[in-house]
Order: sequence, then structure tokens, then C-alpha cells
Amino acid sequence: MPTRNTSDVIVVGAGVVGAACAYYAARAGLSVTVIDRGPVAGGTTGAGEGNLLVSDKEPGPELDLALLSTELWRELAELLPPQIEYEPKGGLVVASGEAGMRALRDFAAGQEGAGVRAEEIPADRLQDLEPHLAPGLAGGFHYRQDAQVMPALAAAHLLRAGGDRVRLRLGEEVTGLLTTADGSVRGVRTVAGEVHASYVVNAAGTWGGEVARLAGVELPVLPRRGFVLVTEPLPRVVRHKVYAADYVADVASGSAALQTSAVVEGTAAGPVLIGASRERVGFDRTLSTEVLRRLAAQATALFPFLAGVRAIRTYAGFRPYLPDHLPAIGPDPRVPGLLHACGHEGAGVGLAPATGLLIARALSEGEPPLDMSPFSPARFEAAV
Amino acid sequence: MPASASDPYDLAVIGAGSAGLAGAVTAAGLGLSVVLLDASPQTGGQFYRHPARAIGAARPEALHHDWRAFAELRRRLEESDVSHLAGHHVWAVTKEDGGPWAVHAVTGADGTAERSVRVRARTVLLATGAYERQLPFPGWAVPGVVGAGGAQAMLKSGLVLPGKRVVVAGSGPLLLAVASSLATAGAQVPAVIEASGYLGYARHPRALAANPQKLVEAAVHGAALLRHRVRLRTRSAVTEVHGTDRVEAVTVTRLDRDWRPVRGTGRRIECDALAVGHGLAPQIELATTLGCATRPVAGGTSALALDGLQETSVRGLWAAGETGGIGGAQLARSEGELAGLAAAARLYGHPVHEGRVRELQRRRDRMRAFAEAMALSHAPAAGWTGWLTDDTDVCRCEEVTAKSIREAVTDLGARDAHTVKLLTRAGMGWCQGRMCGAAVACLAAGEAAVEPPAERRPFAVPVPLSALASLDEPTGIRPDASPEL
Ligand SMILES: Cc1cc2nc3c(=O)[nH]c(=O)nc-3n(C[C@H](O)[C@H](O)[C@H](O)COP(=O)(O)OP(=O)(O)OC[C@H]3O[C@@H](n4cnc5c(N)ncnc54)[C@H](O)[C@@H]3O)c2cc1C
Ligand SMILES: Cc1cc2nc3c(=O)[nH]c(=O)nc-3n(C[C@H](O)[C@H](O)[C@H](O)COP(=O)(O)OP(=O)(O)OC[C@H]3O[C@@H](n4cnc5c(N)ncnc54)[C@H](O)[C@@H]3O)c2cc1C
Repeated sequence: MPTRNTSDVIVVGAGVVGAACAYYAARAGLSVTVIDRGPVAGGTTGAGEGNLLVSDKEPGPELDLALLSTELWRELAELLPPQIEYEPKGGLVVASGEAGMRALRDFAAGQEGAGVRAEEIPADRLQDLEPHLAPGLAGGFHYRQDAQVMPALAAAHLLRAGGDRVRLRLGEEVTGLLTTADGSVRGVRTVAGEVHASYVVNAAGTWGGEVARLAGVELPVLPRRGFVLVTEPLPRVVRHKVYAADYVADVASGSAALQTSAVVEGTAAGPVLIGASRERVGFDRTLSTEVLRRLAAQATALFPFLAGVRAIRTYAGFRPYLPDHLPAIGPDPRVPGLLHACGHEGAGVGLAPATGLLIARALSEGEPPLDMSPFSPARFEAAV
Repeated sequence: MPASASDPYDLAVIGAGSAGLAGAVTAAGLGLSVVLLDASPQTGGQFYRHPARAIGAARPEALHHDWRAFAELRRRLEESDVSHLAGHHVWAVTKEDGGPWAVHAVTGADGTAERSVRVRARTVLLATGAYERQLPFPGWAVPGVVGAGGAQAMLKSGLVLPGKRVVVAGSGPLLLAVASSLATAGAQVPAVIEASGYLGYARHPRALAANPQKLVEAAVHGAALLRHRVRLRTRSAVTEVHGTDRVEAVTVTRLDRDWRPVRGTGRRIECDALAVGHGLAPQIELATTLGCATRPVAGGTSALALDGLQETSVRGLWAAGETGGIGGAQLARSEGELAGLAAAARLYGHPVHEGRVRELQRRRDRMRAFAEAMALSHAPAAGWTGWLTDDTDVCRCEEVTAKSIREAVTDLGARDAHTVKLLTRAGMGWCQGRMCGAAVACLAAGEAAVEPPAERRPFAVPVPLSALASLDEPTGIRPDASPEL
């Protein structure tokens, strides 16, 4: 049990990633203090959707992380209360023409080697999976491993499941890093005073670059804005996560320009969520009618019945973005005792458990479940 | 009307209540091209719903100073060349870099038309008024429980009474107005249940003395209430509604200074309807979406923060009336006129009618001071949450109980209304927290000071996806020229 001001580990950030780090560290027997300047899930976690996707990832380190997370989410769903709204509903990626269908086929073939299961759905069977889908599509792929969770509740319940070993300090901003004479970490300074620990995990999401700077190191995390449209509550009319083939290209793109490709999904609570756009415009929340137009047009093209449905809300969030689209996970070689767990961009909810497990292994000096070098926090140093 | 169809208007006014009407006719009188949008088919806003026959007295037009003022505004509107777009539900105001404002609206009954109308303007006056604030209590979803303001509005529109024997409850001077309208229209009103003590006014004798009209109004309502033998019970609240398919009775309990129900003081009053309300809350989503600064006002809600000339923190966007704080029709008119003058001065690049501006500012400051004093004395004190049982639904759209909201705070790390919403869905339903937002903010704050929900809610009204999907198609540059709009 951590004392008021001392514990084994400090996690900066009570988003879904920080919560997962705290949970797995506590499970490894460490005492953890989680500090956030706001409430639980007050950052991007509270503004994201909860897609746990493997379907949109090409073979490589991120897919490996996503596949590990998929397993861990399934375990967590057994352990955490049903309020986290875990649903292994599966994803359906559709193509409007033959060219798109060929691209999907190649993509799925590549993923298969990495352990992704995808089933080709011919045009005449699409309606069996999604009865309200637009007619005339060329076909699609069904990804059974795709699932969904309610991000804010998942973060809150992960923290709670950490039990007595996890202590929460909310509404308290971290303003500095405390180091010993030899430069290794001994805690953080906050607006309320000093908090001590030999390890500090930077799980500050989109603000991870600023927290790194407090420790005197560079980590180029940038915001990538996304809007989500929320409709009035409906009966369950959309069963899977449904999106068009061009989504994958958007996800992998580094372009600053606006990209949209609607992912449409029903929720347990009734509303259909339509997300999400991607554009790099800094922390600008200004409502963009062009984004709304594209999301609405693409969603109604997939599901024509949506044209008559009303949107009751839209919100924006800022994905934590690193130049090579991979998160920074693990110890920072430049500052002993500092670890990073941030920069998960549009997949932080999905990747949270695997990230937490990797961090917990690193803290307890255990064997990592997969190769961590692609996520090295110092990898951008060389490029500068 | 702008000189050419592709030109933006000089001023777009959103809301045709007291504030918006005054702003529109003032600006038009100074030569500005003005477009006036309102969701309702008629002008007049909250106060001047037609027909007005049911208002408080036998010949309202004769007694009612405010009615004459409204009739005058309406006449000036008819004589002006303001483009009045009735039945336009504005869902967002946006601005592209450096360009004019774009006001986006949906039309049709309930705003369900498939196309969105876009009106462009150099400046915008936001006069969207307020909505009624509610505090939950056990049984508030039983049929027969209606909003006090809603009941009044139904009467004013010439519709039905909510019941034969109607208890009026909540807090604020509106309750007296509602009770006298109900009684005049033939309902029996066994009691008006007011949670505060009304003593607050005594502490602000100067504000009161400077607003003699308020005293006259109070006397009119008081006389009507006496005539109909309506009892006013202060420092009390309805803490339970009896009946399942229909209100049968209510329990009225005494409150201490902190609005905590006093045990064992409950008394039953038979009735078949309950009209309840806790004053009004500014309707400001269109402005907060644009990042306009707000200020907290008594009782866990926010109003727009405005400068001496009614401008919000976003340049080129003015606000008047209830959006800047609840204050009544007369204040709304003064502010609307002031904003109209200020917008004209900005567009002409020099001050206009400086003497009038100073006079309006003095009047506004005096009325605002009174309004804020009144709001303070009717603001819910922290103890009100004491009348919630664990299973009282606080958010009715999503059926979220008081217990689950308290758990989100104590067990799950919520600290404000926004996080409570994420963790419980309170406020995520159809009304988007207009009904429960203030109550949730109080519960989330617990012992700490209540932070009004500062969240942006980018759609002021629901918008069909088809309307969003067709946004790029050029529409409504000069809607008055295209009758199909
Ligand atoms: C529109 C949109 C849709 C998305 N959809 C999905 C999806 O479907 N699936 C998916 O997996 N991901 C999705 N994402 C991405 C996902 O939301 C993020 O990757 C994830 O939430 C990041 O979590 P985090 O814990 O790293 O960051 P955050 O949730 O932002 O948490 C960081 C926390 O750090 C705190 N903090 C920062 N600085 C300090 C400081 N100095 N002191 C104290 N505290 C500090 C912040 O207050 C914040 O609470 C989406 C994102 C957006 C915007
Ligand atoms: C029951 C009741 C009794 C009252 N009694 C008194 C009294 O005795 N004395 C007194 O001085 N005051 C009284 N008031 C208060 C008075 O009604 C208000 O002070 C006055 O109406 C404020 O004017 P306003 O222009 O700010 O807003 P409103 O009159 O509320 O006008 C706002 C207008 O904006 C429109 N609008 C809002 N949102 C949108 C949107 N998104 N798109 C398009 N249009 C929109 C609405 O349709 C409405 O017409 C009472 C109010 C109520 C509810």
C-alpha cells in the first residue's frame, strides 16, 4: 500500500493507457500513484471511441501489439464489471468496387501471416451480416477479432481493479521531475508538492511531449484532431463496426490534410457513432462543417437509412501522434527511472492493455512478451 | 437586405424574443441589412407568446407595460426591411478564416427538413434566451408533473391547463406569475411552494428601490393570488410525488436554510398536477461552441461573459437578453438595443448615438444588479440533494439514478459533470443535459464549489444527417429571395 507521498511507481495521466499501466504494475506487486491534472478519462480517452481493431493494421509492430491487446481485452472482460461494455462484435470492411475489393484481399492476405483471421464476404452475403447496408457494394471482409469497449468506463474500472496498491491523485498537475544527483528519477513535483517514487511513467497522451520536456528529453508527440458524430438513440440496426476500404489508407497516412472515412457502429446505449476524421490542426476545437459533411455523406452512403436520422451531438478529440505512427513504450535510456507510454494515436484504447503489460514487465525487470525496440522512446533522437 | 444576393448580411440576429427583436430593429433603423432567425413560427420569444389573453389580468394589454413595448417592437419590425426567417432552427454558427459568419439552420416541423440553410453575416447577435432549470426529486417523472414555465407557455398559447388542482413548486419569482395565470385561467392552486425564503431581497434594498416596476409586478401577482386564495409557503419543497399513472398528491417538506429537508415535517397535499421549476438557465450552446468565455451564475449554470457593449469574448459576436444572465423582458430589450447600436458602430467604424448608449448602459447595469440579487436568493443551496433517494432518476433520458452518479464520484474518479456524463451517461440522451445538467454538476461537486458544466455541445438542435451531408451545396445566401426555403 503506497503511503501518502511515496510509492514504487508514479503514473502521470489517468487516461486508458495510464490506467492499464497502473493496473498491470499493481498486479505485478508494485505500489502505484496515478496523478492527473483533471479527472479520470478527462483527456483523449474521454473523447475517443472504443474500437479495438486489428482489421485496420498492416503486419508490423503495431499489429503485434494489437493482437496481444485483443487477447488481454478478452481476459479483462472476464475480470472487470460488465459496465465497461466490452463487445466482441467484429468488424466489416466493405469495398464499393472491384479495385477496392482486390486491395482488401491483398491486405487481408498479408495480415493472415501475422495471426489475423479475415473472411471474405461476397456481395450477395453482405446483407446477412448487415441488413441495412447500401445495395450495390462489391463485397467485404469480416474480421471477428475486432471488438469494442467504452473507453472512459474501461479506464475507471481498470484503476479500480488495481485495488489498494493504486492510489489516485486527481486535479493535481505535474509540473516537474525530481532527480537525484546522478540524474535518476526520484519523483515528481506537482502543484500540491512533491511525490516520490523511483519510477515515473509518462502516460500523458497528447501532452506526453510536454511531460518528457519536464524531464529534459524530447518526444515529438503532436495532436491529430478527430470529430465523431453521435445520432439519436436507435434500436440495434448496425451490428458490426462497418467501414469502407479507404479507412485503412487514412489511418496509415502522415498527411496533415483532412482525411475522413466513416466508421459506423451501433452502441449498447442506442446511438450510432460515426467517426472519425483525422487532421493535424493543433489543438483547435473549432467546429468544421466540412468534416461533418464528409462524415455524414460517407455514413449515409454506407447506410442509406441514416439520412433520415438526426445527429444530436458531435465532439472533437486530439489523438496523440508520433511521426512514425507507433507509440513510445518503455524505459527512456536518457533518464534512468523514466518510462514512456504515450503516442498511441487513434488506437490507444485498443493498445492500452498490451502497453500496460509491457510497462509492468519493464518495471519488474521481467521478460517482455514481444520485441520492444520499435517502440523505443529514444528512436527520434537519431533523426534530429 | 444586402446590396447583392451574394453579399453577406451586416447582422444576423438569432432569436426573436425581446432581446433579438430590439437588436434587429435598432440595427435596421441605422441602415444595416439584418436577418432575424427564430425556431418559432412567431416573434416574441418566451414572454410574448400569442395569444396573450391568459396573462395575469383581465385586459393584459392595458395593464401590461411590457406588452405595449412588445407591440411597438413588432410594429417596427413590420415596417423595417429585416428579413425574418421564422421556423429556422439554428444548429451552429461557424466562421471560416477571415470570412463572414455562417449561420446554419434546419427548417420544417421540428427541424426535420432534409436541407440545411446557410445564412452569411458580418456580425452576429445571439439572443436565444433561456430554458427552465429543474432539480430532480422522487416522482418527478410521474405524468402530471410539468415544468412551471412550460405550463405558463401552454396557457399563453391558448392551450390546456395541466390539471384541475395544480400545486406550483420550486423557486423563483416565476412561480408567482405561473400560479396567478393558472388561477386566473380557472385552475385551483392549493399552494405555491417556494424553497427559498424571499428574505434575500431585503439585503438588496437599493437594487429593489431602483426597480420600482418589479414591485408593481409583484403587487399584481400578489393581488391575483390573494383573490384566488393561493397560499405561499416559503422554505419548503415538494419532496415526493404520489401516484403512478397520474399525480394524486405531493408531500411538501420544510427546508432548513441550506435547503436540507427537515425530518418529520412532511405534509400531504392532494392535487392532480404539479408545475415545478427552479428558474431559468441561459441557452448558450451556439456561443460556447465558438469558444466564447462564460461566467458562473448562481445555482450551477453559466451565462456568457460580456463587455460593456454586449460583445462576447469572440470579436464580432454579440449577445443580449437571457444569454448573458436571467433578467427579464425589459432588461432583454435594453441589451438588444445596445447590441444593435454596438454592431452598427463596429461596421461604420465610428460610435453611434453615444448618449443613448450611455443611458442604456446605466439602465442595464441597474436591472442586472437587481436580477443577480434575485437569482442569488433563489439559487439552490447545497442541501437540496438531501431529498434525493438512491433510486431517484436524475437523468431521465438515460435513466441514471442518484446512486450511480454518487458512485461515479466516490468510486470511479469523476470530479465534474463532464466525467460523470462519460461514466454514467447522465446527460447524453435526447435533451443533452439541458434537464439534468445543473443537478449533475451539484452532485459531482459534492462538498466542493459547483463548477458549471463548461462543455461545448456543438449542436444547439438535432440535425438530420441528410442535412449535414448536403452542407456543401450552396444554399440560403439570400433566403428571402428563394421561397422554397
Ligand atoms: C475522435 C477519436 C476517436 C478515437 N477512436 C479510437 C478508437 O476507436 N479506438 C482506439 O483504440 N482509440 C481511439 N482513439 C484514440 C484514443 O482515444 C487515444 O489513443 C487514447 O485515449 C489515448 O489515451 P492516453 O491514456 O494515452 O491519453 P489521455 O486519455 O489523453 O490521458 C492523458 C492524461 O494525462 C493527463 N496529463 C497530461 N499532462 C499532465 C500533467 N502535466 N500532469 C498531470 N496530468 C497530465 C491528462 O489530463 C490526461 O487525462 C480515438 C481518438 C479520437 C480523438
Ligand atoms: C413563464 C415565464 C414567465 C415570465 N414572466 C416574466 C415577467 O413577469 N416579467 C419579466 O420581465 N420577464 C418574465 N419572464 C422572462 C422573459 O420571458 C424573458 O426575460 C425574456 O423573454 C427574455 O428575452 P430573450 O429575448 O432573452 O429570450 P426569449 O424571449 O426566450 O427569446 C429567445 C428566442 O430564441 C429562439 N431560439 C432559441 N434557440 C434557438 C435556436 N437554436 N435557433 C433558433 N431560434 C432559437 C427561441 O425560439 C425564442 O423565440 C418570464 C419567463 C417565463 C418563461
